[in-house]
Amino acid sequence: MSGSSVNGEGIGARALRKEDARHLHGRGQFVGDLAMAGLQDVAFLRSPVAHAVILSRSKPSRSDGAIFFHDDLTGALPIVTRSSIPGYKVSDYPVLARERVRFVGEPVAMCVAASRALAEDLTETIDVQYDELPAIMSCDSGRAAGAALLHPQWGDNLFLETSFDSGLDPAVADAPIKVELDISTARQTMHPLEGKGVVAHWDHRAAQLVVHTSTQVPHLIRAGLAECLGLPQAMVRIIAPDVGGGFGYKCLLQPEEVAVAWLALSYKTPFRWIEDRREHLVAGANARQHQYHIKAYADQQGRLLGMDAEVSVDVGAYSVWPFTACLEAAQAGGNLPGPYHLTAYRVQTYSVATNKPPFAPYRGVARPGVCFAMEQVIDAIAKAVGREAWEVRAENLVPGSAMPYTNITNKHYDSGDYPAALLSAKEMIGLDAFRAGARRDARGRYLGIGFASYTEQSAHGTKVFAAWGLPFVPGYDQAFVKLTPDGALEVRSGIHTIGQGLETTLAQVACEVTGVPLRDIRVTLGDTATTPFSTGAYASRGIVMAGGAVGRAGEVVASRIKAIAAHLLQVAPDAVTFRDGRIYAGNASLSYADVGRAWYFRPEQLPEDVDRGGLEATEGYKPDVDGGLFSYASHAVQVAVDAETGLVEILDYVIVEDCGRMVNPMIVEGQTYGGAAQGVGTALFEESPYDANGQPLASTLIDYLLPGPVELPKFRIAHRETLSPYTKFGIKGVGEGGAIAPPAAIINAINDALAPLHAQVRDAPASPKRVLAAIEAAKGHVGALAGADA
Amino acid sequence: MKPAAFDYVRVRSVREAVDLLAAKDDAKILAGGQSLTPMLNLRLARSQLLIDIKRAEGLRSLAADDSVVAIGVGWTHAEIEDGVFEDPTRGLMRHVARGIAYRAVRNRGTIGGSLAHADPAADWVSTMAVLGATLVCEGAGGKRRHVAADSFLQGAFLTQLASDEVLVAVEVPRLSAQARWGYYKICRKAGEFAHALGAVIHDPARNICRIVVGATDGPPKLLPGTAAALAADPMSEALDGLDQEIIAALPEHEPAARRLHATAVRRAIAAMSTRMDH
Repeated sequence: MSGSSVNGEGIGARALRKEDARHLHGRGQFVGDLAMAGLQDVAFLRSPVAHAVILSRSKPSRSDGAIFFHDDLTGALPIVTRSSIPGYKVSDYPVLARERVRFVGEPVAMCVAASRALAEDLTETIDVQYDELPAIMSCDSGRAAGAALLHPQWGDNLFLETSFDSGLDPAVADAPIKVELDISTARQTMHPLEGKGVVAHWDHRAAQLVVHTSTQVPHLIRAGLAECLGLPQAMVRIIAPDVGGGFGYKCLLQPEEVAVAWLALSYKTPFRWIEDRREHLVAGANARQHQYHIKAYADQQGRLLGMDAEVSVDVGAYSVWPFTACLEAAQAGGNLPGPYHLTAYRVQTYSVATNKPPFAPYRGVARPGVCFAMEQVIDAIAKAVGREAWEVRAENLVPGSAMPYTNITNKHYDSGDYPAALLSAKEMIGLDAFRAGARRDARGRYLGIGFASYTEQSAHGTKVFAAWGLPFVPGYDQAFVKLTPDGALEVRSGIHTIGQGLETTLAQVACEVTGVPLRDIRVTLGDTATTPFSTGAYASRGIVMAGGAVGRAGEVVASRIKAIAAHLLQVAPDAVTFRDGRIYAGNASLSYADVGRAWYFRPEQLPEDVDRGGLEATEGYKPDVDGGLFSYASHAVQVAVDAETGLVEILDYVIVEDCGRMVNPMIVEGQTYGGAAQGVGTALFEESPYDANGQPLASTLIDYLLPGPVELPKFRIAHRETLSPYTKFGIKGVGEGGAIAPPAAIINAINDALAPLHAQVRDAPASPKRVLAAIEAAKGHVGALAGADA
Repeated sequence: MKPAAFDYVRVRSVREAVDLLAAKDDAKILAGGQSLTPMLNLRLARSQLLIDIKRAEGLRSLAADDSVVAIGVGWTHAEIEDGVFEDPTRGLMRHVARGIAYRAVRNRGTIGGSLAHADPAADWVSTMAVLGATLVCEGAGGKRRHVAADSFLQGAFLTQLASDEVLVAVEVPRLSAQARWGYYKICRKAGEFAHALGAVIHDPARNICRIVVGATDGPPKLLPGTAAALAADPMSEALDGLDQEIIAALPEHEPAARRLHATAVRRAIAAMSTRMDH
């Protein structure tokens, strides 16, 4: 387990976060905090209809320079996300709507004024005439014969259709157990505390367009924005200041971002757009909406023999850049088998274009959906064979002895003991005692326990992204490490911290390899002008990739520190060690400043063969196996279900997780708490419904419910620590995992609780309405069973 | 999400507010602003003129006698929650105040603002109805009109207030020491507006038993039949006629919604107590 750590603050230490002081005192610097002389605010007129041809648009006379339509944005190209996957259809996502609008909230015009309120006033002076078309509001209607087409040149509404078949038929021909389930998850939005925001200006001295934007991926945005504006990348600088959460939304190049950058490029003065919560709810960050039809086959023990699945993802009107409209379905099909040993599998996926905002990868990317589906399958099989759900899970999980293990969709599970995590979770939640106790509490509520197990593919790199055919493929992440003349350490990485504590954990890695005390290490991130290249923070890759790169660069600098120190101390370099924030050879010691001073200011003290690279280095890193490292966990939850109100209360929640070597266990726990809270949102609260005409029905937080502190349980976390054989320090990623299992574990607990009523909920969120409807439906179905405990 | 331009006046007296209301067609009264300002920001509500009555004289008054306490409309939910003045309802009002939205909202939101805004799901709407309170409205020339709280709402966001009247006080009858009350609302999360609400008071000393079903699509509804049954047999929690009375009271509601409202009322009755904290 963790614990070894240089100075007690290197890898494995529960070090306090370096970034917390400024955030806790409200002194962070977010895009919205930036002030510039002459800054003008931008507001967008957004489409009030879901699907229409624009017949006409007009603005008041003398509004040039204040109101912009598509054709006014000379030189701005649409956002086009190509993919090399065969059959993938490309959508042009214009920065402002051109001849058509395809979702409510799509930007139609851009208005500029001295304040946001005045800019919003301008939006009311614009007249746009629409000729409405039928709105496609579900996967089923999008795939129906004769459906209205979003992109007429396609001939259908499918961004992509994929299929995979390992040869299912022989395995299932005479399977004794068959279960068949229809499962769905609702459309959600992501809700980082800070929404999207952009401030762009022209830097006359550098002759650069400088875009401060709330992003997870500054170096990618530089490439994407340069392409849309037709600029050389050297003319674009992206600065991501403090970012108040991202969750995937802030990986995207947004039309608003391009439009505001275009203003700064065209007028050479500063412009700002700050997304408000309503824009976020109506026009941004859509995610999660999956539909499954699954047939699973098992033996009498509940061992899986095969699975046949159809997955539809409602991906909205356009493909996001850079992750395409197909990442979600590709992930869903590939990850559905989860942590289980499965030998026969067939899956068909559909990425359906609908008149909703574009679908974006959200923390967990497809896996909350697949886990929700797969874990219900496991529970359904358990019910069919009359065993406890955890037993059937244990029966099917890939055992530790099989590691490393390549699953049926060619995912390579690097290390871990999946059944051990499940058994720990079962003990921690107290299943045996629960089964021996009452099924209802003093208030008459029904009690149940549910489990969910998953793998979290993290830091998936070159091999995976190349196969997905994305516009970019991540390779080596680079980091820069430098010892300063006064003995401090500068660390620079092109990744960004969006709340996950990388200013601390990257410093811990640097501390581990150089011995420089944590307080003397400064981490700089998020600015394309001052950091080496990284594709950024997504896919639970930050600490694996940037951590690996900082480790590499740090080791190079450490060896050069040792060479100089050895010369100063008159010993061989391998006699030099780092300890307690100093550099030792036997009892003699130097400070880091002694070495720094020698290199920078007292070159007469240096050895003749000193490395001319000095005390700084940039190194690149990717894991030996770049198909992803697999963290995993089992969650177990106890709920109480009020059968009269449909309300669900979480009584206890345990998480047993393994993300390899933990650089900072406290940060792992923080990530897990936050992810699990979002998972509770998916499970019980969050939903973006639309009416048949495509009008969003949840456009404020009155209607879109986010879980708050009162609704969340105290998550009890236990760690396992199985190192990855493929990464530096044995690290795996952990940023997304917490969000994956809660919907599955909670739905299974609800269905366990409702078993006496024979009611089953299959769709998320398990809102009171759905729970009550399931209970009512069961009354109909099992009317003959009157006298049961109902 | 920024409001369209409006003028703002902070008035010193109710008379001044009434005069401004009469002079301007779409003037609106601003009290705590916890409902109005979000609607202005969303541009769902618009007004040329906001008349801020928070500092107007006499709206943070208290006038008590043996049977009634007249509470000025300017008191905040938080002040009621904190017991800044005596609760004439033996804890019901403090209990209700504590469950309104979040503390940040309670710090600014006022009892009068909430009643005048007339959201059917707002707590004070049902609470004042079940208490049999009287609302005091002041119009032109200082003329005052008294309206029973249980008939104040004419529909969702629609009250008996005339366009030039300001709600100035709430006259709350005192509950006797033997009175029991119950209040139950069904919400998906803390601070959310209720999806269904039941409120009951039983004060045998004053010969009063009232039950209200609230958070409906319109005004809160009294359930006199169930109340009479409860008064006749105070220990009874098996109220056979409740479901039928709810159906009659809420004919437009879906069956599932009616069941939810019946559950809220049943639980309010079951929770009846003379204590505050339940």
